[in-house]
Amino acid sequence: MEMSDVAQLSLIGVSQGCGYALVALGFVFIYRATEIVNFAHGELMMLGAFTVLTFAELLGLGFWLGAALGILSLGVFGYLLDAVVMRRVIGESQASVFILTVALGLMLKALAGMIWGYGARSLPSPFQTDVHFGGIVIGLDRIAVILATVLICGLLWLFFSRTRLGLAIQAASQNQLAAYYSRIPVKRLVSLVWAIAAMVAAVAGLMMAPVTQVDTEMSLFGIKAFAGAVVGGFGSIPGALMGCLIIGVAEPFLDYAFPPLKGVYAYILMLAVLFVRPEGLIPQTYQKKV
Amino acid sequence: MSDPLLETRNLETFYGPIMAIAGVSLKVAEGSIVTVLGANGAGKTTLLKTISGAIDCRKGQVLFGGEPIQNRDPDEVARRGIGHVPEGREVFPFLSVGENLTLGAWGRSDRAGIARDLETVYGYFPDLRTKHRDMAGFLSGGQQQMLAIGRAFMGNPKLMILDEPSLGLSPLLTRTIFAIIRRINREQGVTVLLVEQNARAALEVADHGYVMEVGRVVMEAPCAVLMESEDVKEFYLGKAETGVRGDRRWKKRKTWR
Repeated sequence: MEMSDVAQLSLIGVSQGCGYALVALGFVFIYRATEIVNFAHGELMMLGAFTVLTFAELLGLGFWLGAALGILSLGVFGYLLDAVVMRRVIGESQASVFILTVALGLMLKALAGMIWGYGARSLPSPFQTDVHFGGIVIGLDRIAVILATVLICGLLWLFFSRTRLGLAIQAASQNQLAAYYSRIPVKRLVSLVWAIAAMVAAVAGLMMAPVTQVDTEMSLFGIKAFAGAVVGGFGSIPGALMGCLIIGVAEPFLDYAFPPLKGVYAYILMLAVLFVRPEGLIPQTYQKKV
Repeated sequence: MSDPLLETRNLETFYGPIMAIAGVSLKVAEGSIVTVLGANGAGKTTLLKTISGAIDCRKGQVLFGGEPIQNRDPDEVARRGIGHVPEGREVFPFLSVGENLTLGAWGRSDRAGIARDLETVYGYFPDLRTKHRDMAGFLSGGQQQMLAIGRAFMGNPKLMILDEPSLGLSPLLTRTIFAIIRRINREQGVTVLLVEQNARAALEVADHGYVMEVGRVVMEAPCAVLMESEDVKEFYLGKAETGVRGDRRWKKRKTWR
């Protein structure tokens, strides 16, 4: 392996990791707000890609308008998913909530298959050229994923730490009862968290579409993002970002080193971390004072 | 006495099949401090949670300012003017002290009033001013309790509900906190409903008191009267009455049984 290959694989890995990170952010937001692990999150990403495809291609609105409308639609969908379905299972056992999210995922997948078919489609994006620099050739779509992730992380950080609404969402995630007592409309904010998570997943879907192609199996991407979030320490945002980057970068090298296990390395890494450091690499925990 | 600010009528709350409070009726007059005493498991916290809407009651009524508010969402109850400081200093641990206090004023739009109340809180608890940039989770237990009280005050409540503010605090801190509670009541005109196991401190600060046992109110009187009651003295203030020969009866019956 030459230096330029290493650089190229690393860059592709970072880009892949950023894609995982966008999905993992949604996992973490929803988990922190509701203690629900949304196993249908990969399906939301898939749904986002299909929705953008519908607006951009089938309705002929073009990429940018289609992307904007698709992301917004997923926001509305995420909000309603919580307001109509998930809100009702708060307080039920972890097992039934787990089963519900898995079932939702299966239903969304089937629904997408019925509407859009099971064949792979491609979403033409404006980033489908190659960039050459220093002996490296990389698709502009790969670079765009990285830039989009940095941009979204920055926007989300500003929103959650600088706006009253963002702080209230944090408060509701950190101590729900105290937030209720402080007159914060917790239920509506939780739905808003679902909306944000679904919108970020839609961005992931649309940015990864050139790489993965758009089909119902795209939702498997969500499981790898889940592995990334676990590696970083589930519930921690810096952890999720780092865990996803580690998995993204490690994958192409491990695939190259030992191809028979291609595609399984994300889970092997997750298991390894769970054995050695079950709380994850950057856990965010807080011991309550008694 | 005019109409009470808060009144509960025959309130019954269940945890599954278990009745936690069994027909509690109490009144809190506007401007007063009312305390509810009782041992662990008497149903005090359940009573407060039922009042503020965190738990639904099965029977009975909660009237606030004459209007029924039972079984509403807790944020709606809070918006009507009830500031609940829950047991165990529930702060927002990963937000700064200042952010905690600002969030206490959620839904208020009177900027001048919010700024004035923030100054009032910092005046009552100077520790919070010096630590206003620190994460709330890193404060000491006493400071977290101060923050929880300050955050409830920032909502400009008519009634403040305090659940065991002395829990786990040193006697000195307890005295400080109770002095502030009295000041909030006297200076700001906030009515207070206070639940305590530390009966002595509560009876000293409150005007009127209720005693709860296993989900019922068993005694109700002005605090001055309660403090002189033999039962309260023996079971809540820990003063043993000695007999003629200097020996105690090994087990005294409570008169309300």
